[in-house]
Amino acid sequence: MLAGMLISANESYRGISLLSLTSLIQIIGLICFVYIVTKRMAPLARGERDVRFDRLWVRLQRLMKYWFGQWKHPRYRIAGTLHLLIFAGFLVLATRAFYLLIFGLSDLFATTGAIGRTYDVIADYAATIVFLAVSAAGIRRIVFKPARYTVPEKFGKGHKADAIFLLGLIALLMFSESLFEASRVAIQVQRGEVPEFLPALSLPWMLKEVLAAASTAMLWRLHFGAYVVDVLTFYFLLCYRPFGVQFHVETSLFNVFFAKLDRGTVKPVRWGVSDEQLDQVKSFGVKKFEDFTWKHMLDFYSCADCGRCSDNCPANAVGRPLSPRFLSIKARDYAFQHYPVFGDTESHVALIGGIYSADEIWSCTTCGACEEECPLLIEYIDKIVDLRRGMVDDGNVPKSIQKALKALESRGNPYGKLEKKKADWTKDKEFQQSCNVSVLNGGAPADTLYFVDSITSYDDRIQAIGRATARILAATGENFGILGAAEKDSGHDVRRFGEEMLFQVLRDHNTAAIKESGVRRIVTSDPHAYNALKSDYKDLPPVEHISQVIAREVRSGKLKLNHVESASNVYAYHDPCYLGRHNQVYDDPREVLDAIPGLKRVEMSRCRDRSFCCGGGGLMLFYEPQEDERMGVKRVQMAAEAGANVIVTACPFCMVNIEDAIKVSGMEGKMSAIDLAELVDEHLVRQRPATGDGDSDQHVLAHASA
Amino acid sequence: MEILVCARRVPDTSENEIQLNSAGNDIERDDLVYSINEPDNYAVEEALQIVAKAGGNVTVATVGTDEDEEILRRELAMGANHGVLLSDDSFSGSDGKGIATVLKGFVQKGKYDLILTGVQAEDGGAQVGGMLAAMLDYPFASLVNSIEVADGAKLRVGREIEGGNREMNEIDLPCVLSIQTGINEPRYVGMRGIRQAASLEVPTYGAAELGVDRVSVGDAAAKVKRDDYFVPALGKGAEILQGDNAEIAEKLVELMKAKGGLQ
Amino acid sequence: MTARIFAYIAHKGGVVDDSAAELFAAAKKIDPAASPTAVVTGMGPELDAVCENLRGSYSEVWKVASESLAYPNAELVRKALVKVIPAGSLVLVAHNHFGIDLGPGLSVKLDAAFVSDVMGIDGVEGNSLKVVRQEFGGQVSTHVSCDISSGAVINVRPGAFKPVESAAANGTVVDKSAEVGALTAGRRYLETIVAEIGDVDITKESVLVSVGRGIQEQDNLAIAQDLAEALGAAVSCSRPVVDAKWLPKSRQVGSSGQTVKPKIYLACGISGSFQHLAGLKGNPFIIAINKNPKAPIFQVADVGIVADVLEFLPELTNKVREAKGAHASR
Repeated sequence: MLAGMLISANESYRGISLLSLTSLIQIIGLICFVYIVTKRMAPLARGERDVRFDRLWVRLQRLMKYWFGQWKHPRYRIAGTLHLLIFAGFLVLATRAFYLLIFGLSDLFATTGAIGRTYDVIADYAATIVFLAVSAAGIRRIVFKPARYTVPEKFGKGHKADAIFLLGLIALLMFSESLFEASRVAIQVQRGEVPEFLPALSLPWMLKEVLAAASTAMLWRLHFGAYVVDVLTFYFLLCYRPFGVQFHVETSLFNVFFAKLDRGTVKPVRWGVSDEQLDQVKSFGVKKFEDFTWKHMLDFYSCADCGRCSDNCPANAVGRPLSPRFLSIKARDYAFQHYPVFGDTESHVALIGGIYSADEIWSCTTCGACEEECPLLIEYIDKIVDLRRGMVDDGNVPKSIQKALKALESRGNPYGKLEKKKADWTKDKEFQQSCNVSVLNGGAPADTLYFVDSITSYDDRIQAIGRATARILAATGENFGILGAAEKDSGHDVRRFGEEMLFQVLRDHNTAAIKESGVRRIVTSDPHAYNALKSDYKDLPPVEHISQVIAREVRSGKLKLNHVESASNVYAYHDPCYLGRHNQVYDDPREVLDAIPGLKRVEMSRCRDRSFCCGGGGLMLFYEPQEDERMGVKRVQMAAEAGANVIVTACPFCMVNIEDAIKVSGMEGKMSAIDLAELVDEHLVRQRPATGDGDSDQHVLAHASA
Repeated sequence: MEILVCARRVPDTSENEIQLNSAGNDIERDDLVYSINEPDNYAVEEALQIVAKAGGNVTVATVGTDEDEEILRRELAMGANHGVLLSDDSFSGSDGKGIATVLKGFVQKGKYDLILTGVQAEDGGAQVGGMLAAMLDYPFASLVNSIEVADGAKLRVGREIEGGNREMNEIDLPCVLSIQTGINEPRYVGMRGIRQAASLEVPTYGAAELGVDRVSVGDAAAKVKRDDYFVPALGKGAEILQGDNAEIAEKLVELMKAKGGLQ
Repeated sequence: MTARIFAYIAHKGGVVDDSAAELFAAAKKIDPAASPTAVVTGMGPELDAVCENLRGSYSEVWKVASESLAYPNAELVRKALVKVIPAGSLVLVAHNHFGIDLGPGLSVKLDAAFVSDVMGIDGVEGNSLKVVRQEFGGQVSTHVSCDISSGAVINVRPGAFKPVESAAANGTVVDKSAEVGALTAGRRYLETIVAEIGDVDITKESVLVSVGRGIQEQDNLAIAQDLAEALGAAVSCSRPVVDAKWLPKSRQVGSSGQTVKPKIYLACGISGSFQHLAGLKGNPFIIAINKNPKAPIFQVADVGIVADVLEFLPELTNKVREAKGAHASR
């Protein structure tokens, strides 16, 4: 908004009172804006309930960090920097605008006061920087065309034209504001008055220099013209933004404030409906647009179409039908179409089979890379789970998943294996010589429960990880045991695949079994189980992942590690999604690796919170995706590029996917994989003379030697 | 169209390890999990799809005891309209013909345009459907893998024959069809549906209500009976064949022939 | 045993089905002294050729010729058989897609007992025929007694009974067509839709030649294909082969692929991962061929061969062809 409004607010130009003109445009603009936003909020009023007003102080702090502090933006350097500049510039310029809006013309910003003058200088530079930044952004779009902005054919036509249009409007706004100032100062100079100060090299200053030679009449025309253009552009933008991606300018503050606080959790089927009351809910999950919560709808409006989510989505990278960006954009377009600003709302259409395909929704591994990346803190996993809940409710589940779910229902594990065989992995003869694992079934109690979960119990390759973990726990002197046949699958992925009620059956069963065992803490080697016990279950003793236990015991000196066996190996640690991103355990596993003397470790370029999903765990191992290649193959290539020949992971599902990928990509002999527990087990300094030399389970693990 | 699906509760092959019990006269039943016979489930799905298009009702019936009621509830959760348990002490020990006789009694109580069964049960003989049809004098087709409702009271059905070929037939209603797996993709029945079905009504009919003569069913009337279960002697773990490739290949051919692999 | 034994013989294009010899063998197992009668339906010179052929092994061949029986429609065949088969007889039928269609209903109309998918016959004790069947996808076998006092229809598992040497019977052909007369049924044959080539449903196959990484290159698939053809089997695979795009997903056996229940499973160059074996149900006879003697597959296989798949399979294919050649020219 314009400072000082010409020489005086009461001036008129060619008989038109500027005050009246301003007021008119302002009033119309604001009325339009309020009307448009109200219409836009219509579907939110119909949306499901969401609980977002809790822990206000925490929300405020996050608002400062992520919205005001633009915390996630620099993850993409160039775009992040440009946006920071534009955002900062906007905040500066908007301050005056808001102030004027609320308080009207006032002396506070009068150019004669100290505050006013300081502000003017800052604002001038702000306008300049914004102008340069949007120009740079425009050039980027037109000339450099970053890949993540492209719109794949199946999702419609490109968004470039609209982006350039908006960037152009912002540039116009900055320019007209600067011209307004420049022309005023030029007029002042011509009138012989003391001109206002324009800081050197700012846009207004540059324009003033250019205008110095213009005639008074021209200057007045430019002055008045710039004013009108500025006001019109401002209000046009204000009213146009809610029609596209720029709506995020208004919604971002709210979107970040109301963003989800609890990582790793999944929203309940309905907020405010307890588990016991669920039987009364008529329909589970999201089947039509109105089934989304109001916050999820707000997410759709807030998507800035930046493409960072899809750029990091492993499903997208391997050619699955899923692209998170378009989950948001398509839903937003649906809202625009069915709840238009002008016109009547249209009736509900099913989402699956409409804007989304079933495969698109089943393709997600819930790795969380999209949510980690999004600068607006848009949530994806809860939406995917809700959509899956809807499909499960309708019986629309892929056959291979049905098989696994049915086995989970009858046998408590997706393989259909007998419960009484759950502890068979402890009965390996060689293993029993070095370690005896007790089953907690009412006999002597233990302090610690080793929650093994299904794959480690039944898969004969992965059982080796179970044995290594048990040996490590024994070496720390832990009094631990397993639940054996009483342990059912943690249900972590049953829940994330949308079968909420089956998950609750598994959860309730396990919770009772754990409570009955009387243990005081839980350890697991399975990050999915870890996340489930930590985030999905309630009222359990504290849970740790084995990597955290090892790290602590190495620090305390209780566990000592031998020099690395194969000095020529180069190890790369792959962060499992549910240990790393979802639970932020990045350092402990690395500390453990670095504690092995002589071990050479490299980082892949995609590591820590940018780790690339191995392909998915739990029920995802049963899904038949449509894809161009396997995520695991890409990951193995990344390890090779980093110069590693051994991938260390800390998740049984990662192990399955990566070992598979090594075979598929023909890298047997050049690359191998080992679990952190297995590696530590191999290198543990043991009190007793070697019986189990640590190699008893390595029957299919061949360390590639130089 | 009024459709009746005759279903059966069997031990699930993928979730059980079938072994002999210690007495050697039956399979070990202690640790078994049961579910609806897989082809029967396909039959129910097919019935649901037919009435979704042509209107009507789907009734699922089973001959058994209270334990067998759970499969009826599951199919009700899937979308069937009615579930019926046909149970009577006198039915126990029935052979295929006995079961078909009981089902015939139920069919004649109602008016069904189409009767479906699964082609075969895990512990059955692919017989009940064909027997039921003959008893009712309805036309029959087995191994059906496609059904098209033609106009009038007729269906166009495809049967699975050798080589993956399909034999197309026209069949008059009312008729009996035995359904092969793969005819459709059955919808998922979730925990939620099963819970809700727990409170639905499932009537039971005995011999008297069905007009079934007790002497024609049950153990006494059965002409085919199991004497025992056994497992032919098998080696443990792979027997590694010795010799050069040619010798081994010959041995292997003999083994495969004995297993019926060389047609 | 006084009951007469009949064998319903299928044929196609004038060629007698292999089951003819098997049913003969089965009949001999029921009663070594019996002279089973073959029954055939159809029409025209093809039917005559079939009868002529069967005369060589069966002492009596009953011919039922009728226009309506040109295509073997079980509904019509049943009506025909009911008219000619004497009460109390034993009727043997091959247990295949036709036998499944015919047997049960026939037993009802003949008021006889019915036993399905018999794979072994121990003999007759009084009025009781003792047979062997399998249940649960072949995981267990059962001894079954069948009361044959009012006759029985017995469906015989194809391939379970080895053809026996029969003295050249020089049998007679008896034309029973007149006794049958006109036939109609509530089911009418329309046409046969032939399966598209490559359109294989591995879940229905009883013998599978399954390949894994050991096949090494896509071109080597031909070796497996040859063996499959020789065996009358289909080619399936483990996941890496699908990942490498050498075979379509529909051929994959495993927890994220198909579940198969073959009688015989040849695992060629497959290591035997948990995920793969999860797709193998029932109790197949597993033959593992792998050059790594420590491959996990050897722990679950019935028979193992430590050899290079690429060398062994062609050898096996040769031997299979030899064996089949000998069989066909009998």
